[in-house]
Amino acid sequence: MNATHSILRANKWLLLRRLSQSGILALFMLGPWAGIWIVKGNLSSSLTLKTLPLTDPYVLLQSFAAGHIPYQAALIGAAIVAIFYLLAGGRVYCSWVCPVNLVTDAAAWLRRSLGLKGGHAPDANTRYWLLAGTLIAAMLTHTLVWEWVNPVSILHRSLLFGFGLGGFILLAIFLYDLLLATRGWCGHLCPVGAFYSLLGHYAIPRVSAVKRNDCDDCMDCFRVCPEPQVIRPALKEIGQTSPVINSANCTLCGRCIDVCDKEVFNITHRFNHRSES
Amino acid sequence: MNAETTGPAFKSRRRFLNSIAGAAGAGCLMALGAGLYARQASALPAQALRPPGALEETEFLSACLRCGLCVRDCPYKILKLAPVGEAVATGTPYFEARAIPCEMCDDIPCVKACPSGALDRELRDINKAKMGLAVLVDHETCLNFLGLRCDVCYRVCPATNKAITLNIVHNPRSDRHAMLLPTVHSEYCTGCGKCEKSCVLPEAAIKVYPLHLAKGKLPDHYRKGWEEKEKAGGSLIGEQITLPVRGLEGNTP
Repeated sequence: MNATHSILRANKWLLLRRLSQSGILALFMLGPWAGIWIVKGNLSSSLTLKTLPLTDPYVLLQSFAAGHIPYQAALIGAAIVAIFYLLAGGRVYCSWVCPVNLVTDAAAWLRRSLGLKGGHAPDANTRYWLLAGTLIAAMLTHTLVWEWVNPVSILHRSLLFGFGLGGFILLAIFLYDLLLATRGWCGHLCPVGAFYSLLGHYAIPRVSAVKRNDCDDCMDCFRVCPEPQVIRPALKEIGQTSPVINSANCTLCGRCIDVCDKEVFNITHRFNHRSES
Repeated sequence: MNAETTGPAFKSRRRFLNSIAGAAGAGCLMALGAGLYARQASALPAQALRPPGALEETEFLSACLRCGLCVRDCPYKILKLAPVGEAVATGTPYFEARAIPCEMCDDIPCVKACPSGALDRELRDINKAKMGLAVLVDHETCLNFLGLRCDVCYRVCPATNKAITLNIVHNPRSDRHAMLLPTVHSEYCTGCGKCEKSCVLPEAAIKVYPLHLAKGKLPDHYRKGWEEKEKAGGSLIGEQITLPVRGLEGNTP
């Protein structure tokens, strides 16, 4: 009883995150799989309870770039989503919603477990160039080029509308993350994540290294963090005095909170600069 | 060598520039690759038809969000989203007439469902839809051309006796029967695909193709004499002399 309790406690944020990811997926899947239509469509654009339109602002931006002015439904849907992520933190999308996270988390876990090293991760800024590239390509070809290959929308759409060869793109990402680059896809290449990180600069909820003086340099948090570079400034007071992790690339996954024996981290809001002990 | 080109500031700047260049290169290369792939694959196969109200293909590909709301609201489950590896642009909706044709709902739910305008809400009357155009591609196997009275395409056509008519012509083979030839009129054909679906042959003799494949085009300067005559209310070149027919006297009844 106590053992299970502590296992649950030690994985609290991971479990909550899995619950959120699978819950959102389940809401979408209830329709096609069980005939209960709460949400229709997919992550690119959807309609909830026949009233609430939600549209991925990045997909809509590509459509803009390709030269199309969309209907109001898509505009309102994208505005709702954009405002939500502006407040909640853009990359919350990555760790709490995106289905590809399940694939890359599995690859990262396996890479850690097998002790695989080596490979070469591209520069973390590649994703921003790729983001710009997808928009320019849309402009030049008048089509949503990136959506031909976008693993995020392909995985989600495949689960709801049928797979085709979509599995291969995800297998490629899994193998890339497993063998070639630690957190290569989500942390270095994905333009969807890059777009949402641009939205996340002024997010309210933040992880804070409140008890950073208790840190014993075990490096556990660096090992599990999908964006390890975001921890150091807050934890080690490098270039900032506040213990709040302010980088827009923090996905707010909370895994650092889970793995830290010293309970250094917690989730708070961006204005809480207090540190304890 | 001076401090300007050897100092630590220079080295870190060079490293920074290198990483930026690498990232930019990789980013552009990937986007370019995806662009080329999309360009090559963006030709819609002839047998894939877009839902009613779909914008012209290049505009459609810039507008469609690949969300599948049209697919979900189609009451006859006709539409599907192209999976990866299909010849149709990934994630865009289409149907194949021979598999399952459009039922032409009066309220056009697929168009209403579209959040982006890839399916144009200006289309309010389904009879004005232009999903494609039926073409009698093979008159050699069409049973009506063989002198039979199949007529199935004519009978299933929702634009009854408008989009497909049966034109009566003399059957030169038997010399004493008629052939009733199915003839498509592009003005009324919506491209729903009912005719292709119900053609009784193992391979349909009548098929629905996208308009740009199915339709020819007259040069802009061509005028049809009979239309001009009607517009002008009389011949444009004045009254013509009617000459007597000579040499056929013996044959006339």
